[in-house]
Order: sequence, then C-alpha cells, then structure tokens
Amino acid sequence: MSLVTKLATARRKPGRWHWTDVAAYAYLALGVVLMFGPVAWLAMSSFKTQAGLLEFPPSLLPMSQREVVVAGHAQPLPLFEVTMPDGSTRVLAQVRRIGIQAQMVDPANPAEVIRVPIDKRTLVREFKLATENYTEPLERFAFMRFLWNSVFVTVVATIITLIINSMAAYALSIYEFRGKNTVMLMVIGTLMIPITIILVPVYLVVTELGLVNSLWAVILPGAATPTGVFLLRQYMLTLPRDLIEAARMDKASEWQIYWRIVMPLAMPALAVLAIFSVMWRWNEFLWPLAVLTKTESYTLQIGLNAFQGELQTQWHYLLAMTVVTLLPVALVFVFLQRFITTGIANTGMK
Amino acid sequence: MSELSLTGVRKSFGSTHVLHGIDLHVAHGEFVVFVGPSGCGKSTLLRVIAGLEEVTDGAVAIDGTDVTGLPASERGLAMVFQSYALYPHMSVYKNMAFALENMGLPRDEIDKRVRRAAGMLQLTDYLERKPRALSGGQRQRVAIGRAIVRDPKIFLFDEPLSNLDAELRVATRKELAGLHAELGGTMIYVTHDQVEAMTLADRIVVLQAGKIEQVGTPLELYNRPDNLFVAGFIGSPRMNLLPGTVARPGIVTVGDGGHEIACETATLASGAPVTLGVRPEHLSLSESQGLPLAIELVERLGGESYLYGASPGLPQIPAFLGTARSSRTSREAAQLRDPS
Repeated sequence: MSLVTKLATARRKPGRWHWTDVAAYAYLALGVVLMFGPVAWLAMSSFKTQAGLLEFPPSLLPMSQREVVVAGHAQPLPLFEVTMPDGSTRVLAQVRRIGIQAQMVDPANPAEVIRVPIDKRTLVREFKLATENYTEPLERFAFMRFLWNSVFVTVVATIITLIINSMAAYALSIYEFRGKNTVMLMVIGTLMIPITIILVPVYLVVTELGLVNSLWAVILPGAATPTGVFLLRQYMLTLPRDLIEAARMDKASEWQIYWRIVMPLAMPALAVLAIFSVMWRWNEFLWPLAVLTKTESYTLQIGLNAFQGELQTQWHYLLAMTVVTLLPVALVFVFLQRFITTGIANTGMK
Repeated sequence: MSELSLTGVRKSFGSTHVLHGIDLHVAHGEFVVFVGPSGCGKSTLLRVIAGLEEVTDGAVAIDGTDVTGLPASERGLAMVFQSYALYPHMSVYKNMAFALENMGLPRDEIDKRVRRAAGMLQLTDYLERKPRALSGGQRQRVAIGRAIVRDPKIFLFDEPLSNLDAELRVATRKELAGLHAELGGTMIYVTHDQVEAMTLADRIVVLQAGKIEQVGTPLELYNRPDNLFVAGFIGSPRMNLLPGTVARPGIVTVGDGGHEIACETATLASGAPVTLGVRPEHLSLSESQGLPLAIELVERLGGESYLYGASPGLPQIPAFLGTARSSRTSREAAQLRDPS
C-alpha cells in the first residue's frame, strides 16, 4: 500500500511541486478519465433501473425513486418532498397525477388526499443497486449457458491455437527445408485476406462438415492464425541454436526438443499469443453470429445481441451483461499484464 | 573401445568449401586437440563428427561402424558447447539429468550418476540452482557434467574455455586434464589457443583452410614442424622465420648484411632460397659475435623476459632473455647468437 501512495504522490523533487508535476498529473488524470470513464459509467449504469437509464439529465450514480407501500393501494407509491403553501415541507406519496396537479397522501394517514401543484414537489431519491439487471437475465434467459459456451470456446480454441501455431512456428524456425520461406510468406500473406471475404466459403465448408450450430464451428476455422505463427516463429528464431543442438546431442527426440526445450523457452511469446487469443475469441462476433443460430449454442456476444431488438433495446440488461462479458478479459489483463508488457516488448508485436 | 576415423571428409556450404578431405584416426582414450586460426574449419569438423552437420563427401566411423548417415542423437557422443548451451529453464540437476531421461534410465540410476558427476565437479551445492544463478566457471562445469553423466563414447569440446577469464581458464584447463586422466575417455577438443592445445593434448591436429597441416604430439609439433604454418602457429612468441639463402653447404646467409649462420643444408644447392626457423628461446644474447640487432622493445613478464629486435632486411625478431628478475638492458644494440 505504501508503494502505491509513494507512486501516486511521486514528484520531480520530493516535497515540492514543480510545474511539470502538475502538468504530468493533469495529463494522466485526463487519460484516466478518457480511458476509464466510459467503463466506469458502464459499470454504474448497469445498476440503474430501466427508468433510471432513460432519465434526463443522466445521473452518475444509480439512483432510484423511493417508494412506499400505503394501505389501500395495491402498487407501491413514489415518495415526494412537497413544499406546502405555509412554507413547511412534508414527505408525501403520490397516488396519481392529473395535469399540473398531483394527488398525494401522507403514508401515515392514507385517508386524506392532498392536492399539490407538481412544481411544488421533488422526487425523493435514494442510492439503489438494481441487481435484478444481473440476476434476471442470468435466470430468465440462458445466460449461464451463453457464458459456459463462451468460456468453452475461448479456452479450447486458445489451447488448440497455442499447440497448432507453436508446432508450425517450430518447423518454420528450427528446421531448414526447401520452400521454408515460401511457406512463411504464404502464411503471412493470408493476413491480407479479411474475414468478410472468406466468410461464405468457410461457412460452406462448415456446413458440409455438419458443424453448424456446434461450438466446434466457432473453434476450428480460426485455430491456426497467421499472426500466431508469425509471432511464435519470430520468437523461436531468437532461441540460441546451440540449445537445440545440445538437446539433439542429449538424445532428445524432436518431440522432446519441442515440448521440453522450445516450448518452455518460448513462454513469453506463448503468453502473448494466449492473451490475444483469449481476447479474440471472447470478443468474436461476426463468425459466431453466422454459424450459431440456435439459442443453446449462443456465445455471450451473440446473446448480448439478442437484447437489442428491432424496436426496443433492453438497455438495463444489455449493460449488465456487457459488464459480465467484460470481466473475464479484464481479469486476464490484470493477472497477465506482466506477460503482456514483457512479452510484447520481446516479440515486437503490438 | 571408442575409436573415431574420418576418411576423406569434405564439407561445403553452397559453393563455399570448408573442409577439403580430412583423414584422421583417433585411438581409444586419446585426447586430441584441433587447433588452427579462426575460420580454419576446426569447429565445422567437430560438428561433422558430432553429427550436427552432414558431410558433403567422405565417411565418419565410430568403433569401426559407419555413422555418416546417423543423426547426432544416435551417435552416442557428448558435446560441450562454447556457449555452454545450458537449458535456462531447468535446474542444474535437470540439465544433467535431461540426457539420461531421454535414454530411458531408471530414476535412481539417473540420480546416482548426476550426484557422482556433481561430486567430481564440486557442483553438489548448486544442483537446485538455475544456470543464470551460476558464475561462468560453474556454468562451464555444469556443461562438462552434462557430458560426463552420459558416459559417452567420445567427448567433444568446442572451445569450452574461451568465455572464461584468464585465471579460471588455467584452473579449468587443469581440471579437464585431471578429468581425462580420471575418466580415460576419448576426447576431441577444439581451440584456437595453442597453449591449451600444448598442455592438454596427447596429439594435436593443426588445421588451416580446411586441411590438416600436421598431426603429432605437442613436442613433435614444437620441435619438428612439417611446414612453415605449423612452425609459425605453435609456440609463443612465434618462432623466428628468417628468409635467407644457402651460401655454400653448411652455411646460410640472412638479412641485408648477409650474416652467415652455420646450419645443416642437406642437399640444397648453393643460392637456393631458404627460411631459417629459430625459436626465441634458442637465441641468446652475446656482446661480441652473432647477428647484430637494434633493440625495439623489452617485455618483462616477471618470470621471464623477451626482447624484440630488428635487423635490416629481416622481420622483427623476438628472443628469450632468460629468467633474470631485474636485468637492465640499457644498451641500444645487442648481438644475438644462435646456439645451434
């Protein structure tokens, strides 16, 4: 903790404010607001009720009207603070509003109806988290199912990606063979083809294989990524040849060299690729949308899309589930940040 | 028995020819050193023996079995690399055990062998450390240990001491010599340092430009070099190679002054150009007779001193001044006498 305070109050010369300190902190604060502001707003808005979301002017914190149950009324009534004609203020519950007049009752004395001009009353609001935004979609909709599908796709696809790409990279970096550079160029060349171009052909292949509506249809087509092969190959090229040769002298089989020497040493690059793969897979939208048509095989991203109807968007659910969707990637970043920075620095990838 | 024989080994990288027909036989238990200047092909030759490079032509045989087509892993050799090539993610123990695991030995046998090698190399306290936590000398010993545990047919060393500082190099050199005496295995050692070659080798192979110049025991090479290259390469400071002419049988003249030196001329005709090779330690100072020399530099190494002098028409001549601790050479010129 002391390290954090030390970092957060660091100055050019201890104990004195130089103008560059002020400028640096102002700049960084601006950066925090720009980067983190939308996320913070999303997180706070996800706890607002549907009415709270549409409120204008918008509030930062999730506030909602305080309501009270009054005898003789089936629905809970909203509470207002009312300035009475004699100048005193009372807290009254509104029964109904007619034009510019509101009919109100005192919750303690529900029999007496008081008429109040609407400009004399203000809403009594309280801080309230609309946790039902989270619980309802998770219960009513198959969101747990979507979450599981997304996790499955992400984890399995990342593992397959790491294994396949590292094997290709191993062959393309450690071995010498005719056409090696041609193969590498072709692999990199596929980077130039956007997914929209191959969407239809790949869809046809997937249909032929009978994989439509199966999660494997999402996992398999993208398992071998040229980016991953390139990234790993570049890293493996930096491993000393002597190590590979020492392993050969040590009677290691090619598999053992790959698995016990090259893979552990390529860990920084593998970590970077794993992080990228998790991000790609988790955020993937277009391709799953094309091949997954049944609700039970939806991933989270497709599930989120379902909240956005043609006529109406259920913003409160959408925002809450967006937060749920963001969490795993955020966690990946928090815990693997070290690998990302060192790994990217090492691999020259950005 | 672990013998090695090379017959007509050639190696080319594209159009670059690195080895031009090497024939060599290494007997069991022999310590053979390949020595030569940088780029002479000595490391390539070692890698060909190891199986890390394929030969372009010729054959490699171990114990009479042709292994030319066998990959490195099946030749049963162990190699110590110049860079040590320790696996950075494995502990010292794992580094040494890796090859044994690959050989499929039982766990207790692996443990026994690793601990024995670690004991021999004083590495017992460092077995759990990662290579990066070791000093250069310790890493070197781990690399050697990794070779020893294998109990290989032949040990190959590729300039193993070149990354160590001078003091450690001498100490490790002695350890290696001790190790060879203890293990008795066949060892092939590549170096460009002729002191290492002289001190370690049973036999030295001098290579230049992909060809063997001479093979022999250190003293054979030192005393009876076959050619000018070997004569100039072995020995420090270099042997004096003085261009001259046969004046008459038994007499050779050198330098602009036509100084006459008596030596055996065998069947050489008068007037034939010759090169006279004299080791610095075979020259001695003389006040009155011999080759006149202008002193350019005196190097005092503490235990011994060398004098560098010039004579018209001859290259710079180093001469051994003896072991005198405080010889004061204040004279501008001296006379050198060839004792032979």
